[in-house]
Amino acid sequence: MGFHLPKNFLVTGEPMIVVAEVLSVLTLAGIVFALTYYKKWKWLWDEWLTTVDHKKIGIMYIISSLLMLFRGGIDGLLMRTQLALPNLHVLDAEHYNQIFTAHGTIMIFFMAMPFIFGLMNVAVPLQIGARDVAYPYLNALSFWLFFFGCMLFNISFMIGGAPDAGWTNYTPLAGSDLAPGPGINYYLLSLQISGIGSLMTGINFLVTILKMRAPGMTLMRMPMFTWSVLITSIIIIFAFPVLTVALALLTIDRLFGSHFFTVSGGGEPMMWANLFWIWGHPEVYIVVLPAFGIFSEVISTFARKRLFGYSAMVYSMVVISAVSFLTWVHHFFTMGAGPAVNSFFSVSTMAIAIPTGVKVFNWLFTLYKGRIEFTTPMLWAVGFIPTFLIGGLTGVMLAVAPADYQYHNSYFLISHFHYALVGGAVFGCLAGLYYWWPKMFGFKLDERQGKWAFWLFNIGFNLCFFPQYFVGLMGMTRRMYTYPEGLGWTPYNLISTVGAYMMGVGFIIMVYNILYSIRHGERDLTGDIWNGRTLEWSISSPAPHYNFARIPEVDDLDAWWHMKKRKRKQPWELRPLKPIHMPNNSGRPFIMSAWFFVAGFGLVFEWHWMGIIGLLGVLYCMLKRSFEYDDHHYIQVDEIERTESAAGRA
Amino acid sequence: MEPFRKRLRQWLTLVGLSAVLLLAGCSREQYVVLDPKGPVAKQQYDLIVWSFGLMLIIVLAVFGIFAYVIIKYRAKPENKGYEPPDQEGSKLLETIWTLIPVAVVIALAIPTVKATYGLEKQPSSDRPPMTIKVTSADWKWIFRYPKEGIETVNYVTIPADTPVRFEMDAVGPMNSFWVPSLGGQEYTMPGMVMNLWLQADQPGVYQGRSANFSGKYFTHMTFDVIAKSPADYDKWVQQVKKTAPKQTEAQYLQLLERGLAKKMTFSSYPKIADQAGLIGEVKGIREKMNRPEEPDTGTMHHHHHAH
Repeated sequence: MGFHLPKNFLVTGEPMIVVAEVLSVLTLAGIVFALTYYKKWKWLWDEWLTTVDHKKIGIMYIISSLLMLFRGGIDGLLMRTQLALPNLHVLDAEHYNQIFTAHGTIMIFFMAMPFIFGLMNVAVPLQIGARDVAYPYLNALSFWLFFFGCMLFNISFMIGGAPDAGWTNYTPLAGSDLAPGPGINYYLLSLQISGIGSLMTGINFLVTILKMRAPGMTLMRMPMFTWSVLITSIIIIFAFPVLTVALALLTIDRLFGSHFFTVSGGGEPMMWANLFWIWGHPEVYIVVLPAFGIFSEVISTFARKRLFGYSAMVYSMVVISAVSFLTWVHHFFTMGAGPAVNSFFSVSTMAIAIPTGVKVFNWLFTLYKGRIEFTTPMLWAVGFIPTFLIGGLTGVMLAVAPADYQYHNSYFLISHFHYALVGGAVFGCLAGLYYWWPKMFGFKLDERQGKWAFWLFNIGFNLCFFPQYFVGLMGMTRRMYTYPEGLGWTPYNLISTVGAYMMGVGFIIMVYNILYSIRHGERDLTGDIWNGRTLEWSISSPAPHYNFARIPEVDDLDAWWHMKKRKRKQPWELRPLKPIHMPNNSGRPFIMSAWFFVAGFGLVFEWHWMGIIGLLGVLYCMLKRSFEYDDHHYIQVDEIERTESAAGRA
Repeated sequence: MEPFRKRLRQWLTLVGLSAVLLLAGCSREQYVVLDPKGPVAKQQYDLIVWSFGLMLIIVLAVFGIFAYVIIKYRAKPENKGYEPPDQEGSKLLETIWTLIPVAVVIALAIPTVKATYGLEKQPSSDRPPMTIKVTSADWKWIFRYPKEGIETVNYVTIPADTPVRFEMDAVGPMNSFWVPSLGGQEYTMPGMVMNLWLQADQPGVYQGRSANFSGKYFTHMTFDVIAKSPADYDKWVQQVKKTAPKQTEAQYLQLLERGLAKKMTFSSYPKIADQAGLIGEVKGIREKMNRPEEPDTGTMHHHHHAH
């Protein structure tokens, strides 16, 4: 219960970390100074920190994810620098171990997932003709839990020391016996806090999509992205509780000395691998299915064609989501579960290729006979097909259990999942970012720079990861911090590093593109800058606070496309405006999540008193919320009229 | 059917291999996974080639359609007024591209299941099998030869052309025992015994390493598998028994502590070695032996950097 400050509370041993610490402090000071100098504190609080608007929450998710893409990318570049040549000493073993742990954890939990959540937030309510999500307050809480969980993870390398057992965090390596100290606690508590947010997002979007669609939008008239989010929400609801339990059990092991995962106490170290991957494999689909949805939207928009085989696309996603829960053992065929178990999971894993293949062919046939415009979002979508194909098919090769004994944990595997996750999820996020950017901000990102970024990133990506298949077959395993000469690995590693830096340049151009386009980007005056097909393009850009002045009525797939074709106004478009019911802003999601951060930080250092204080703060916020009655307001007709006519839509 | 399948396999092997080697421009020996030196690795290699061939067909087909579609149907000034038709889908086409992957999965699943069961069995050989017990500890490999009563650290000597059953466990974290030239890996885990059959066809030295991250010096957890002709193997065992020191309990416990170790050879090992992996933790083993941790006698004994 005591207050024991660990020896290395502020990490100072490594010069690179000290530099990062100085930079972090300077950045923070710079932000505080700028907010004060420009008198923006109130604006920040009123417009952003307390907002419950799904569009703003989406934007905050996306900004955070881009920052984390930067941080995780720097980690990746450090790893690639260390591995560029044999026997380098840019990083020592311990630092390298921390960096690959951070890279994996950040890219999955704090980059890919929030990026997807951001795009979901921005697009789904607009696509279904709703004015917000079902639970806007909960939505804000989800975001802030993610944000504070993410911050907790990110300070670990400066305060107390970063986790170093890999993003998979296998026991007993991650147990208190072999990994004492705050590192692994950071991993467990930050993921626990942000995981609660993820679970709530799943519930929120499930209800939103099931209950809040515009009249006439039957399930089989929903845009494909919305479908993918619906299915993803269901996966989240089934998968995340498993992670919650796994994290909790290991936290109890480490903090209170139980033995769920320790052999000597009758525990079972392999149980962590099972629980982790029962969540972990569906997690892959949590980030990839929405990306599939984005590709479907983008491909259909820029091929100027209805999505080919819409219902087959839906059914194949349903099948993928179901089977995704039946494949987790393929992550550890080599743990000796026996031939019957391995055979089952081998075949179930291969089976996922069938619905996925159906989707690929349907995309190809959406392009077939289209008139394909290679805009930046379309480049990412089209670039996804060959990249993901390579990732998917090497996945089928990995599914062959006896062959997996040779690939497992080798760079062959590393390459495979980067092809699947970067080629699938990251390409999807970037396609979605470029695609919905005008809807979020009212201007387009520069196309020429966007294309440069795409080609540099894409070529760099292939240079980085394709050679890794070969070096894997040469016996190089993941997580090696260095390697000797003479094994033939050097040329591949060097090419790989060059490719990684090219990806970095691509990312810098993307960031520059954003800054450049804020001033010079083409303004979106119509709200339908891509000649879109779904409802988000029927309203002005950026979307007004209440989204739809009148809730649209839908009678077909690609509702907006048909409305445009019809020309004649529908009866619902002529109805008089009515006051719109909207939720109030609230600072409590932010404050409650800050209490979670306090609790998490205390428990990381096993200062249980601080954990208790933090959790009491959380409880107090929940009680306050329970007795809150005045939590909504109405936007009056005259204000709606003013907003609409300002956007040229009177 | 059989000759066709055989021919197809040969053809795919050829295409697959030449593609891999062409792209790589390296010697085949460096591709340890693709250069099997024993029946287990050979069986896995055959599956790798078979699956690679099947996947290659799909890649070529899809890349072909992909290139055709995006080139032919790109927006050009000439097709400015062209309005693409709205196609709902096609039952026939969609059935075809559901059935093709089904066929591919079946073609892959059957040999996969066969091999998964097959690899549990002892590889066929004229010579009787032998057993070697493996314990991984932070960060070294300890090999015990129960019949011979000897122990080696960070290298293992085996008779060639003889099926060897590795019985594996761990003290501390999980590792993965991988000798790519001889066959795929298997995890070593505390509190659990795992079995792995391997066999080297020819005498030679094969590189082994841990394939599962186990902490600080995981990268240096390599070992050599030295396959000798059966006669030479017997000679080697006799020599070890004559010349190598006996291993005391204290030495063994010291070996389990975290740190790197050189290659070592012992003509005996203590009884506790047979239980260590099942207890799984150094602390637990010391408790059982009633030997509290020795104060700081170099958790990094025999420290060397394998750069």
